[in-house]
Amino acid sequence: MKDLIKLANLPISDEQAKSLESAFSETLEVFKNLTDLDISQTEPTNQVTGQENVLREDKIDEDRMLTQSQALQSAKHTHEGFFVVPRLIDEK
Amino acid sequence: MTNQKYQLVCGMEVHAELKTNSKMFCGCKNDPFHAEKPNIYTCPVCLGLPGALPVANKQAIEWTIKLGLALGCKINLFSKFDRKHYFYPDLPKGYQISQYDLPFCYDGKIETELGTVRIHRIHLEEDTGKLLHKTVNGEQVSLIDFNRSSVPLIEIVTEPDITTAAHAAAYGKQLRKILQYLDIANCDMEQGGMRLEANVSLRPVGETELPNYKTEIKNINSFRFLEQAIDFEIDRQAELLANNQIVSQETRGWNSVKQVTYSQRSKEDAEDYRYFPDPDIPPIRFTEEQIAAIRETIPELPSAIATRWQQEYGIEPNMIEQIIVNTTVSRQYDKLFTNAKNEGISVASLLKNILSKKVPSPLEAGAEQTLLQFKELQKTDVVDDTQLIAIVNKVLTENPDISAKYFSGQKQVIGFVMGQILRELPKKSDPAQVREAIITQLEATK
Amino acid sequence: MKNNLHKLTLKKALAQIQSGETTAKKIYADCFSQIEAGNKDLNVFLSTNSPTSMKQFENPETTLQNCPIAVKDNICIENEVTTAASTVLEDYKPAYSATLIDNLKLHGGAVIGKTNLDAWAHGSSTETSQFGRTLNPRNPKYLPGGSSGGSAAAVAADMCTAAIGTETAGSIRQPASWCGVVGLKPTYGRVSRYGVIAMASSTDSPGPITKTVEDAAIMLACLAGHDSKDGTTTNQAVPDYVSLLQKSISGLKIGIMYQDIPGLKIANPYVLAAAKVLESLGAKVELVNALDPKYAVSVYTIVQRAEVSSNLARFDGIRFGNDRSYFGDEARRRILLGTHTLRKGYAEKYYQVAQKTRTLFIEDFSRLFSSYDVLISPTSPSFAEPIGASEDSVMFGELADMLLEPSSIAGLPGISVPCFHDEKTNLYLGLNIMAPAWREDLVLQVAHAYEINTDWNSWRKDNND
Repeated sequence: MKDLIKLANLPISDEQAKSLESAFSETLEVFKNLTDLDISQTEPTNQVTGQENVLREDKIDEDRMLTQSQALQSAKHTHEGFFVVPRLIDEK
Repeated sequence: MTNQKYQLVCGMEVHAELKTNSKMFCGCKNDPFHAEKPNIYTCPVCLGLPGALPVANKQAIEWTIKLGLALGCKINLFSKFDRKHYFYPDLPKGYQISQYDLPFCYDGKIETELGTVRIHRIHLEEDTGKLLHKTVNGEQVSLIDFNRSSVPLIEIVTEPDITTAAHAAAYGKQLRKILQYLDIANCDMEQGGMRLEANVSLRPVGETELPNYKTEIKNINSFRFLEQAIDFEIDRQAELLANNQIVSQETRGWNSVKQVTYSQRSKEDAEDYRYFPDPDIPPIRFTEEQIAAIRETIPELPSAIATRWQQEYGIEPNMIEQIIVNTTVSRQYDKLFTNAKNEGISVASLLKNILSKKVPSPLEAGAEQTLLQFKELQKTDVVDDTQLIAIVNKVLTENPDISAKYFSGQKQVIGFVMGQILRELPKKSDPAQVREAIITQLEATK
Repeated sequence: MKNNLHKLTLKKALAQIQSGETTAKKIYADCFSQIEAGNKDLNVFLSTNSPTSMKQFENPETTLQNCPIAVKDNICIENEVTTAASTVLEDYKPAYSATLIDNLKLHGGAVIGKTNLDAWAHGSSTETSQFGRTLNPRNPKYLPGGSSGGSAAAVAADMCTAAIGTETAGSIRQPASWCGVVGLKPTYGRVSRYGVIAMASSTDSPGPITKTVEDAAIMLACLAGHDSKDGTTTNQAVPDYVSLLQKSISGLKIGIMYQDIPGLKIANPYVLAAAKVLESLGAKVELVNALDPKYAVSVYTIVQRAEVSSNLARFDGIRFGNDRSYFGDEARRRILLGTHTLRKGYAEKYYQVAQKTRTLFIEDFSRLFSSYDVLISPTSPSFAEPIGASEDSVMFGELADMLLEPSSIAGLPGISVPCFHDEKTNLYLGLNIMAPAWREDLVLQVAHAYEINTDWNSWRKDNND
């Protein structure tokens, strides 16, 4: 569960994690019923629309572009046009 | 540097930003390097605002296919985009739209002067925002600019065919040349328009199995650093292996000041990206006809032009290197060379003069002017015979031993005489005319 | 009907504005009075736009002529607070509006306020809202359903002339059923999702919640359409739903689903009764066999929670909103489970199995629709549940929507219309009517025929229809 919490990037305390565990396993139990069905010949459905090749032309869309102040309007921490986060130590 | 005991096993991953007008999944301007301010080329989509949805840039996809075809790759006629999940402040959605198991292109190759390198796959994805580390009001912070977010990024992954650091650099350079030649990417390495990553491991010389580990060297932005970093890694790993130590599976960076690679992150547990097909983007299906149409747009590639020019005109490869910049330029030179050949002019000589700036290039002056000026340069002045004979005799008189040397068989003294005479004559004298005059006079004194 | 203007159906309101009998301004003001009277107790709206804030009321050339419309608060409106009922977004003002809002305004809809929902649309009760639960206006001891509980309640309480909700699996139809109103879930791709805060990207379908079926037809015509900003919307033209409404249902073949599923003892008899009504109107009705919907619960829970975990990854507090510590319990549960089903080593067992099983449901509906024009079932196994019902249940939402999940994961259209009214509790049961993709016209026809030939609709008497 600890690894999962980290993977999901959720700030959850160990106590809270414990209380979530039973709900977690209960839900996983429900999924067992899927083994009843034969899907050996079935393809997955990722897209119910059946559409393909929905693409856009390489044009600049001025209407949708935001001004700098619009882009920053909802951020709690900004500085000279940038978004701000505490210094990251781990370089990607 | 080659190690005697161990052999380099190296593959590369290169990311290049495509020079489309707009971004990969939205219509924002694709020009992060020249943006005057941060966060001015964003919209709800590339900023990852709630409710925003991606729509793929057709040009970026076609250019990816174009590169794949140019590198001899197979094309997946049915393809899709997948979500690649990880958390980082420069990744606004918390996932990057990329390609997982059905990349657009696979199984190709690049030829370099140091050997072939096979291409494993080429896929298309979106770039992240950019981070700047600063101190603001006494606090250490990272500043984020999303102008670059969602710029189309092409990723080229090779098989581990690279055998030396120089080979890696040759590969990178050739790839960049092709990208620029196809006019799909600028590959400005200093700005990060092209980023290099090398996976480095060693195995005992003679063994054929792949090593069970690999070290990833990331964020290298020059070919020089690439070579240095790989050479450093070879030595570092060789020493560890020789002492029966394990080389950790990790990510390392290159410190160009200290000239060392350094550990950045352990890769013992490879990241779990939880890929799944992006439900917001319907899949892509090409027909053979569409692929053929893209293939038609590929110009004659640098390597093909170079071979052709070498064979037809006998030009040295290092001179060709300097002028194969892009399709427009090479076409101009092609025209020039054809005209030159028709007029019986030595193309090699012509090019030499262009490169040493004695004659303007056809880009500046046009093929006609270039040829004209070259011919001017080659023109020689005809020297008045009487004047010439007078000077020849003067030099022969001043150097009495010449005649004797000449008749005793040392014909090369003519060269010395030539030099003396030419100094006295106007610059563009015809050496053949002078030579004839000297011999005539000498024979006359017999 | 002067100060009962709030009771007008959309159709009637438009007719009265057109004839000069009343004005949009008066209707808006009257609905707003309803809000002022009842919102404190019922907690239907999270934010409202008072009549004085409205810049103009005359919009005679438009379809909706400035009638007041309630909008679920997971739909973005530029520079107006949009919270998705979560404290993560408590002060968030989007820099853009959803396409469906642009469409709504183009057609003259006036947004009277943003309605409460289960936070992030996670649920079927509106109890997971981080701003308090909404109560069922029919009987405040009961829940309105969810996740579009606020929108359904707004319609039931006459706090608006019509409303907009979203359905991922059941979130329009189920609250419509519990509140005794009409809820239409369009085909996936019929209405643009651009600007709708995503829950499950592959099933989210915005749609109208209204007093009558005809009102739903009017609303759908305004909201539907292709959007170049949403790659999953269809290019197909929008039919004239309103005129198609009056078509006779005689000769239509109707299949009755789920009569053999346990746990539906309360609702199933009323579906049979409804089938008899449809038969009397000339339709042919038959029981049909279908894939057990309990499998759809597994499929839907896995796929939805996986997509939820992905769609909520962007909420990190950096560019907008608060950080991830503000997520409520239900959101956390879903993010964790969703992340788990996509993990290395588990994705094959869960996510991929679910997506394959999804295909089985699509094939099952194909099979059924090759023999039947329309399918019916109960919307919900029973009446609205009492307050607190969702609290101890781990999968409350997904279990409550079991009967609706098959059509949702297949992307099909469906409508819920009231099919029974319990006079003691004042609560309702809903009839779910489904059709093949893009056949909202069929769904509306059958629903309309049923509505005008029965007495379950609480507005028909007042509106003299």
